[in-house]
Amino acid sequence: MRYKVQHVTRYDYADPVSLCHSIAHLKPIDTRAQRCLSASLRVDPWPAVSREHEDFFGNRVSYFSIQQAHRALEVTALSEVEIMPVPTPLPERTTPWELALERLYDRGDGLMSDARIFTLPSPQVPLDDEAHAFAAVSFTPGRPILEATLDLMTRIHREIEYDPTATTVATPVAEVMRQRRGVCQDFAHIAISGLRGLGLAARYVSGYLETLPPPGQVKLQGADASHAWFSVLVPDHGWIDFDPTNDCIPVEQHITTAIGRDFQDVTPLRGIFYGGGQHDLSVAVDVNRIGEAVD
Amino acid sequence: MSPPELASLPDQPGLVDAYVPLPDCYDEMRTPEGEVRPHWQYLLDALRTLGPAGIEERWGESRRLIRDNGVTYNPHGDPRGMSRPWELDLLPLLIRSDEWAELERGLIQRAELLNLILRDLYGPRDLVRLELIPAELIDGHPGYLLPCGGVECAEGRPLIHYAADLTRRPDGHWQVISDRTQTPLGAGYALENRVVLSRVLPSVFRDSHVHRLAGFFRSMRRALTRLAPQHGEEPRVVVLTPGPRNEAYFEHAYLANYLGYTLVQGADLSVRDGALWLRTLGRLERIDAVLRRLDDVWCDPLELREDSLLGIPGLVQAARLGNVTLANALGSGVLEHPALKAFLPALCQHLLGEELALSDTPTWWCGDPESRARVLDDLDRLIVRPVHPALDPTPIQPGTLAPEARARLVRAIETHPRRYIAQEPVVPATAPALIGRQLEPRPTTLRTFLIAEEEGYAVMPGGLGRVHSTPEAALPLSGQLGGLGKDVWVLASEPERQETLLPLSEITPAVVQESAVSSRVADNLFWIGRYAERAEGLVRLLRVTIFKYAERSDYPLSPASSSCLRALLEALTQQTQTFPGFLGPGAEERLNDPVPELLALISDRSLVGSLPQTLEALGQAAYSVRDRLSADTWRIIGDIEALQASLADHPPRVLSQALDELDPLVTSLVAFSGLTQENMTHNEGWHFLETGRRLERGATTASLLRSTLVPVAGEADENMLIEAVLGVTDSTITYRRRYRGGTRVGALLDLVFQDEGNPRALAYQLAMLGRLVTELPRGDLAVGRTPAEKLALKSLTDIRLAEINQLIQVDESGQQRARLAEMLADLNLQLAALSDAITAQYFRHEEQPHSLLSRVAEVPV
Repeated sequence: MRYKVQHVTRYDYADPVSLCHSIAHLKPIDTRAQRCLSASLRVDPWPAVSREHEDFFGNRVSYFSIQQAHRALEVTALSEVEIMPVPTPLPERTTPWELALERLYDRGDGLMSDARIFTLPSPQVPLDDEAHAFAAVSFTPGRPILEATLDLMTRIHREIEYDPTATTVATPVAEVMRQRRGVCQDFAHIAISGLRGLGLAARYVSGYLETLPPPGQVKLQGADASHAWFSVLVPDHGWIDFDPTNDCIPVEQHITTAIGRDFQDVTPLRGIFYGGGQHDLSVAVDVNRIGEAVD
Repeated sequence: MSPPELASLPDQPGLVDAYVPLPDCYDEMRTPEGEVRPHWQYLLDALRTLGPAGIEERWGESRRLIRDNGVTYNPHGDPRGMSRPWELDLLPLLIRSDEWAELERGLIQRAELLNLILRDLYGPRDLVRLELIPAELIDGHPGYLLPCGGVECAEGRPLIHYAADLTRRPDGHWQVISDRTQTPLGAGYALENRVVLSRVLPSVFRDSHVHRLAGFFRSMRRALTRLAPQHGEEPRVVVLTPGPRNEAYFEHAYLANYLGYTLVQGADLSVRDGALWLRTLGRLERIDAVLRRLDDVWCDPLELREDSLLGIPGLVQAARLGNVTLANALGSGVLEHPALKAFLPALCQHLLGEELALSDTPTWWCGDPESRARVLDDLDRLIVRPVHPALDPTPIQPGTLAPEARARLVRAIETHPRRYIAQEPVVPATAPALIGRQLEPRPTTLRTFLIAEEEGYAVMPGGLGRVHSTPEAALPLSGQLGGLGKDVWVLASEPERQETLLPLSEITPAVVQESAVSSRVADNLFWIGRYAERAEGLVRLLRVTIFKYAERSDYPLSPASSSCLRALLEALTQQTQTFPGFLGPGAEERLNDPVPELLALISDRSLVGSLPQTLEALGQAAYSVRDRLSADTWRIIGDIEALQASLADHPPRVLSQALDELDPLVTSLVAFSGLTQENMTHNEGWHFLETGRRLERGATTASLLRSTLVPVAGEADENMLIEAVLGVTDSTITYRRRYRGGTRVGALLDLVFQDEGNPRALAYQLAMLGRLVTELPRGDLAVGRTPAEKLALKSLTDIRLAEINQLIQVDESGQQRARLAEMLADLNLQLAALSDAITAQYFRHEEQPHSLLSRVAEVPV
C-alpha cells in the first residue's frame, strides 16, 4: 500500500520573531514494514540554514534556522511511503515474557545491547509504580510475551478514557494513571512505563494514520493529526507495534515517522525562538492512499 | 637550648616532633618509622629559620595577597556571598621529580584512554556492542547526551582538557579518586596558589627548583588555537561562564584574562549561519573555539536541557557542522560516570593493549554476578552508590545503616543489581598543613590537569592540593573545591631542567588579545560608573551634612534658621530617592531628630537607595565584568566591599562613629575613579564607564543645587549652604581664590554650574558627555547625530547660554529662585533622557529565547 502524507504545522506570533532554530522529526524512516519513497520539508519563510542528520535511534532529523524577522512560521512535510505488511506471529507461540527479558542480556547480540536502552527510564517515562502494577496484571508467570502485551493494550484501551482535553504534551505518567484519561501519547507512555517496570524493552513510535479509510472501514481515532503508539521487542520476531488508542496491532494503516524512548526524543517539531510573544499553533495532517504496492 | 619564645610553635626540635601521622594512611612528609622524607628537609629547615613570628608574618602576607587579588571561591549557599576568599595553606605539597614522572605517565595513559572511550561512545559504540561496557550503564546515564552522537571533533580529540583527583594508598601508590571531564575546574586556582606562594616564600621557592606552571597554560592556548576551525589568522576563543553567581567565577575570569580570551555568558553569544557569534556593540564576531565552564546539559536549550537560560540555542548544531570547537566536547560528562572505573582495566587492554598504569578506587558493578556476590559479602566495609546520580546521588554507607534499612538496601541490590555500584572507601594520604600555629597531618588530595598537545597529553607539573578541613579521612569526596588549597611543588632533581623563566612570567598573559565588548559588558561598565559616582556623591553629602549638624549643637532650631540643615537633609532624600525621608509624610519629625534616618542611610542594607545598597550594586556590577578590571582596581573594589561589610555588620550607633567609617570610603572611591581614569585603556568599555560616571555626577550636582540654592535663605544660612555645596563638590579652595566679592550665590553657580574647566561643575559633565557619546559606536548611522549626541549637545548649549544674573533672581514670593529651579529641572530631565537613549541604543539585550514546545505545542492524538 502506498500513501501520500502531508503534515502542515503553522505558528502565528503576536510579535515579530528575529531568529529561530528548529529541529523536526517529520521525514519517515525505513523500517521492516515500510519504505520511505520520498520526503521533503518546505519551510516558510526561507531558512538560512537547513540540514539533515541521523539521530541516535536512526531517525531523520531536520535542523533549520530562520534569520529574518517573521510573524508566522509554516512547515510543510510531504512524503510518500510504501507499507509492506509483515505477518504477526501467533501470540500463544511467542516466548514467555520472562525469557524474553533474559534474552535482552544475551552477550554478543548487538540487537540486544542496542535494545537495552529501551528498558531504562527516560525523561518523560519514569518508572511509575502505578503503571508497573497495571501492566503486571497482564504479565502472569510464563505468559507468552505477545499475548500478554495484547492483553495490556486492550486493558489500556478499555480502562483509560480517550479525552483530548485531559492532558498536554508534558503531563506526567503518574498524573495520567491517576486520572485515567488522556490521548495516544499518554496511552503509549503508560504502556511503556509499565513494560519497562517489568524489565522489558519498549519504545515510543511517532507517526500517522490513514485519514479516510476505504468504504466499509471505520475511521480510526487520531487520524487528523500526528499519532503515537508503542513497540515491544519480541525475541525471534523483532519489534512489534501496538496501538492502544485503537486497540490494534498496526498492519497497513500506520505510517512510522520516528522511534524513540518517549515523545521528547521524537517531537515532530520543536524550536527556540527570539521574540514572538504569544503564539498560536495550527496543525493539519492528510494521509491518503495513492495505490497498491507494486512488486 | 629551647628559647621560651619559640616554645609554642615549630621550634628547633618541635617542628616535626609534634607531628604524628595518622594511623593506617600514607603521610607525605614522614615515613611510618618517623623519619622525615629527605625532600621535605629543605622546606622544614627554611621554616625553622623563619621562626614562629616569620611564619605567621608570611601567612598573613599570603592572606593579604589573596584578598588583594580578589581570589574567591563561593560554594553555593555560603553566607559570605560572592566574595568568600580562597583559602591557601602556607605549606606546599612536595613531590619528587622521579615520582612525578611515573605519575605523569599514568595520567597521560589515562587521558588517552578516556579520550578513546569518549570517541567510541559518541561514535561507533563498539565498546558497548562488545559488552566491554554494559549498554544500560551508559545509555541510562544523564551525562550521556544522545543528541551529541556522531558529532566529530578536530583531531579526534573530544577530551581537550582533563583533571584527575588523586591520593596515595597507604602503600604509597597513587590512586585515582575521580575524573573531571566536563569543565575541569581548578587550574586557575593552582596558578594563583603558585603566584601567592612564590611571592610569600621567594627564597625557598627559588632554591627548591620547582617546576614552573606557565608552560602548561601556553599548551592550553596552543591546543585551542590548533583545534579551532580556522577562519582568520588567529582564531577567536572565548571562555563561557555560567555567570558571576557561579562558585568558581573567579577562576573563569582569571583564566580568561591570563589566556587573553574574552569572558562571555550564553546570552552574549548566538548561533547564525550554523556558526557561533559574539554579539558586540553593533556587530557580530565569529567565534572559533569555546573554553567552556558551563556543564554539558546547560549548553543548548534546543537539543539539550530545554529550560536552560545559560546556553546558546543551536550550539550542538554548530558543533555538528564543524564550525566551532568546544573544549571539552559536549557530552564528555559521561566519563565522570562512577561505574566506569570498574571497567577501565579491561578497556585499557582492549583499546591501548596495555595494563592500566594508575589504579582506581576499587569499584564493583553489581550487575555482574561475581561482583555482586563479593559486594554483598563485604557490604559493611564498602560505600554503595546508585549508578545514575539522577536517582539519588547520596553515597550509602551500609555499615552505618539501621538493620531494617540495611536489609532494604540488600533487597534493592538483589532486585535491581544493575543500578548499583560499590566502592572501597577512600583513605586519603595526609600531608602537613599549618593549622593555627601547628603543623598537623591532614587528609590531602591532589587534582592534576592535562591538556591535549599535538603529540599527546601534557600534564601540568604541579596541580591543586586540597586539604580536608577535618582530620576524618574516610569521607566520600565531592567534586567541589571546598577546604584549604595547597600549592603543589614538583621538585626538579637538577636545576637545569628548569625553564629559564622569571617568576614574573607566571602572571603575565601569554598574548594580550583586545577583547570585544558585548552589550552586557558595556551595560555593566556603564553602571559601575554610575554606582561608583553615586556612592561617592552620597558619602560626600553625608559627611558635609553630619559636620553641619555637629557644628550646630543647638539643633533643633526654629524652622527658619534651621533652613541650612533642612536643605541638606532634603537634598539627601532627594538624591537617594529614599522617600519619605526628610521630604514626605512624617518628614518634620525626622527633621527634628535626623540621626536615625542618617544612620539608616549609612548602614541599612534593606533601605533602597542607601549607601550599603549602592555599594552592593557597585560590587555586583564590577564582579560581572571582573576580567575587565585590573588587579589594582580589583583590590580597591575589595577594600570597598570590606568597608561595606563592616558598615553592615557593625552599624554605627552615633554619627561621629559613622564619620570615621565614611572617611576611608571616600578615599577608596576616589582611588577607584582615579584608577579607571589612569589604568584602563580608553577603549569602548572605558567610554561606557566614563559616560555612566558623568551622567551620574551631572544629575547629582543638578539635584544638589536645586535642593540648596532654589529656596532663599537668610544670610547666615546661605553662607553655610554655600560652604556645604563647596564641600560636597570639592571646590572650596578654587572658590576662595577666585571670588573675593560679588554675589555669593552667583559666584557659586559660576564655579559649580557653568565652569567647563571645573571637573565637578555641571557644565564640565555635559561637555565631557558630548565628547564621549560621539565616540561611542554608531551602528548603521553614517551621517547625522545619534539621539544621545543630540541630547548632550542640547543640554550643553542650554547651560552655556544661561545667564547667571537671571538665574539667581528671587521670584515675587521672595521664597525661591524660580528660573534656577526650572533650568535645573530641565537639565535633570535631559540627563535622564540621555541615559535612556544610551540604554536603548546599546544595552537593548536580545530578547530571551523561548521554546516552541510549550503547553500549546502539538499533541499527538
